[in-house]
Amino acid sequence: MASPSDKKYSKEHEWCKIEGDIAVVGITDYAQKSLTDVVFIELPKVGQKVERCKPMCSVESVKSVSDVFAPVSGEIVEVNTKIEEKPEMLNKDPYNSWIAKIKLSNKDELNELMDSKQYDAFVEDEEKKD
Amino acid sequence: MKLLFEKGRNLAEPVVIRHYTALSRLNFGVDNGFYPLGSCTMKYNPKVCEEAAKLDGFTQIHPLQPLETVQGALQLMYELERMLKEICGFSRFSLQPAAGAHGELTGIMMIQAYFKKKAQKRTKVLVPDSAHGTNPASVSMCGFESIKVKSNSRGNIDLDDLKEKVDEEVAAIMITNPNTLGLFEKDITEVCEIVHKKGGFVYGDGANMNALLGKCKPADLGIDIMHLNLHKTFSTPHGGGGPGSGPVGAIEKLVPFLPRPLVEKRGQSYEFDYSGEDSIGKVRSFYGNFGVMVKAYTYLKAIGPDGLEEIAENAVLNANYLQSKLQKHYHLPFKRRCMHEFVISDRHMPNNVTANDIAKRLMDYGFHPPTVYFPLIVKGAIMIEPTESESKETLDRFADAMVKIKEEAERNAEVVREAPHKMPVKRLDAVKAARELNLRWKQ
Repeated sequence: MASPSDKKYSKEHEWCKIEGDIAVVGITDYAQKSLTDVVFIELPKVGQKVERCKPMCSVESVKSVSDVFAPVSGEIVEVNTKIEEKPEMLNKDPYNSWIAKIKLSNKDELNELMDSKQYDAFVEDEEKKD
Repeated sequence: MKLLFEKGRNLAEPVVIRHYTALSRLNFGVDNGFYPLGSCTMKYNPKVCEEAAKLDGFTQIHPLQPLETVQGALQLMYELERMLKEICGFSRFSLQPAAGAHGELTGIMMIQAYFKKKAQKRTKVLVPDSAHGTNPASVSMCGFESIKVKSNSRGNIDLDDLKEKVDEEVAAIMITNPNTLGLFEKDITEVCEIVHKKGGFVYGDGANMNALLGKCKPADLGIDIMHLNLHKTFSTPHGGGGPGSGPVGAIEKLVPFLPRPLVEKRGQSYEFDYSGEDSIGKVRSFYGNFGVMVKAYTYLKAIGPDGLEEIAENAVLNANYLQSKLQKHYHLPFKRRCMHEFVISDRHMPNNVTANDIAKRLMDYGFHPPTVYFPLIVKGAIMIEPTESESKETLDRFADAMVKIKEEAERNAEVVREAPHKMPVKRLDAVKAARELNLRWKQ
């Protein structure tokens, strides 16, 4: 699946969509596929400070527990409690199932993220490695 | 399962006996067959150890009894500790921790107490990306930040990455050797040196000690503190068959921080020594899982020092024999001689047959599945640990089944994908079970 062009992407397979000074964050289609069926998500807490490339919360599948890394630094201002009840949404519709909204503390970090074309090429390379 | 009786009815003895016998037949353990569950060391548990643990002198005592009436029990603990010290090269052991992860937690708490006493602020613990998940968990439980160290292309700790991440804020590195890929950390002494130079400790996860028994002492490699899994390495039943025991051993510098009491010998008698103000205190009610200690003690006495070395040799030989048979048919990510276990993967499997499918199909052939999807650094990992208890015939039968499953995956993939077929239940819906956890027995 080609990744949506309205989002930016991290090497750890998180997407983020920028709305003003807020980044809406989720996991990519490649991420959900490698996780397999997600059975549990531990959401971050509102008010929690997160750092780019550091774990912000975790997801559990039948295979393993994995960290979700913050694609940008900032403060969690909202979390999606709906996916807490229905974690399978992360599998079914990864690009519309956001996990958290982060208030950006450093807008320059956005330059470090990939656009959809770069990300698709990156995933292709990862798949070759597998 | 078939309902054999109705609630509230009086039952004849044969009905009850048949019910429980039917249940027991649904079970699978090392006494039923081959159990190559990687990283768990499911070796055979000799029955003589059970006999020893059943002796009245051990079962009919109470932890609060006057010490002069339980001298035998104390002597056993004292001598078990002495043997573990000899095997590992450490100054002292605490027998209290109830299992491996508990041992890890104890060890990290001791390291924390050490730096607190020295008034040094150390906030990080390094953990290789091949580590057992319990390692970063123990680190987090103590409030440290767990920092991942990468593996290199040979499956060992990447020294460059280690050097980059180690600094004066690192309290310790946690190492499993052989690591979870079943590979010996060839640079172990250098790893220890790098961390020691910055004032950090090296914690050894003893989960894979079976491969090194009698061959080398962890303390000689540079490890400062380590837990052993008596229930793996020293063959006491585990995995539903009995509780664990995870004694922690340490070098002199860390001994003051070990849990108390320790067993001391004064003249001809044994006693508990509660002294030591730096001790992290007790980590377990009373003195640990005593019954497990009796079994491990018996095992060690029966095996003897030469036997111990033979265990390591045969465990490594068995794993290499299986690896060389299977690598012709399955993808082997790290092409090296292994130690006591090895990891293959489901890469290149025909018709998208997965590690999980292979594991399920193995049950139809009468084997317990290996560990799957671990270690995390190998995609679709299948981790096989045959242990020293198995004969060449068993290993051959297992290899034959694996080869056959590969053929089935090519020609008749459905039979693998829908396995198991011969078990009391079909493929379980693991996702539903995890999402809608229901552990209650309902009629």
